Amino acid sequence: MEHMPPMLAHLNELAAGLFVVVALGIVATRQVRACLKFFVLQSFFLASSALLLGLAASSAHLMAVAAINVGAKVVLLPWLLRRLLKDEVYTRREITQVVSVPISLIIALGLIVAAYFFTLPWLDAVSATGACRINVPVGLTGLFLGAYTLANRREALPQLLGLLAMENGAFFAGVAIAPDLPLIAELALAFDILVVAFVVGVLTRAVHEHTGTTVVGALDELREGGGE
Amino acid sequence: MTNRVLFNILQALVVLCFSPLVVGILNRLKEIVQSKRGPSVFQPYRDLLKLFSKDEVVPEESTWIFRVTPYISFVAPIFVALLIPVLTDYPLFWAFMADMVGAGFVLALAGFFATLAAVDTGNPYGPMGASRTRMVGFLAEPIFLLVFFTVSFVADSTIPFIVQQKWVHPISNFFAPSHILLLIAFLMLILAEKGRLPVDNPSGHFELAMIDESKDLEYSGPSAALMKWGGWMKFMVLMIVFLNVLLTPWGLASTLDWSAVLLAIPLVLLKVLGFVIFLVLIESSLAKLRLFRISEFMSAAFVIAVVAMLTSAFSW
Repeated sequence: MEHMPPMLAHLNELAAGLFVVVALGIVATRQVRACLKFFVLQSFFLASSALLLGLAASSAHLMAVAAINVGAKVVLLPWLLRRLLKDEVYTRREITQVVSVPISLIIALGLIVAAYFFTLPWLDAVSATGACRINVPVGLTGLFLGAYTLANRREALPQLLGLLAMENGAFFAGVAIAPDLPLIAELALAFDILVVAFVVGVLTRAVHEHTGTTVVGALDELREGGGE
Repeated sequence: MTNRVLFNILQALVVLCFSPLVVGILNRLKEIVQSKRGPSVFQPYRDLLKLFSKDEVVPEESTWIFRVTPYISFVAPIFVALLIPVLTDYPLFWAFMADMVGAGFVLALAGFFATLAAVDTGNPYGPMGASRTRMVGFLAEPIFLLVFFTVSFVADSTIPFIVQQKWVHPISNFFAPSHILLLIAFLMLILAEKGRLPVDNPSGHFELAMIDESKDLEYSGPSAALMKWGGWMKFMVLMIVFLNVLLTPWGLASTLDWSAVLLAIPLVLLKVLGFVIFLVLIESSLAKLRLFRISEFMSAAFVIAVVAMLTSAFSW
């Protein structure tokens, strides 16, 4: 992968840049539906990076990874969530955050810089070249921003999306570091994601039926007297 | 040499003559999207004619600042038009007079005087709008600087005539993340800087909610014409920077003869038309942000600009 054609290399960088931008969208957006759309876009950019690296190395394996990603996260996952949580996903209501949006974005910026700061010495130490220099810091960025979303949101579905965004970040670094991971592992992972989404979806529905809300951040207090 | 001087003056003339037309087309298209007929595309020219033939009233309490400001806001965009590639893709006579940061300073000078003039009148609405414009302005400032720094870092130059060549030679540079992300950040910047939706509603006439329009409320007659014309020219100059320096550096004259340069005029206007259609789509599909959400919009643009810088600085 050291000798990528400049066009593919730049397109891969572009996918990486947009990957970070939509991760910021997941952090900062106020609507559940927009959050889901940003996640779908992020998975799409992950798949395109895998596809571009696959084209550069002419490896059918990475292209299969891209196809699995598109199938599981761009098509199946939104469909599953929409079936499970119809009104939840489609309502245009705004969701709350612990930290306000501009401050969240500044914190996210700090996390991005930190991701570069942590990975660059390591990349220099192993004298990595080519796609690794892009994908590893950006993947770590995706991981950090997903974790931050998980901490910052109080809503069930955005928390799930934060978790899955972390997984996307790990994958984004993975396609560059370990392009030869066995296909069965990728398949299992894609299946795992659907199971996680399914479980969280069912749980959220149960919480919604029980308490009338999906603000799971508000469930940390014990109340006397049962439901209203 | 003579040609280089003449072409440079021609650039300023193009911006001077066609900026009202661009605004007229924008307004007409917006009305058409709203299923109305709308005013003629030449209405801005008629407005200018009408205002120039009218008498002028000046507030008693105002000082020389109020009287000088229209000339400054009229001249500043013309000055910038000399520095940027409007028609040609090679440097013209005055290209090295100032770089992009210098052009930004000139536009900022006009904004500074417009703010002072708004405060100068003693009308309560003027200072209110001016302070809002400053709020958007100081949020926009770091984005401006980051965009310029990233551009000059990537292109090794701060002269816009040289920068534009960088994005298409080789063509793969066009897809560099620094380029695409800068485009997004700069687009958000233009929307904020020129008071378009979602930051400000340019067609709103309610003084309490105005941001960009309220600065020239007190002007009348020829001064109002100069303020309006200057604002339109600034809009066109920003669009041309976006289109010719950053987005599509094609369709410009590359030889020193008149036919090529004259052919570039319709091509550039065509690009501007495309951008205006895009702008109409944005403006028709978004609502105005609440005042305190503007900072969210601007911080998003800021973070995108920083990501552009990071991805270009560390990807070797």
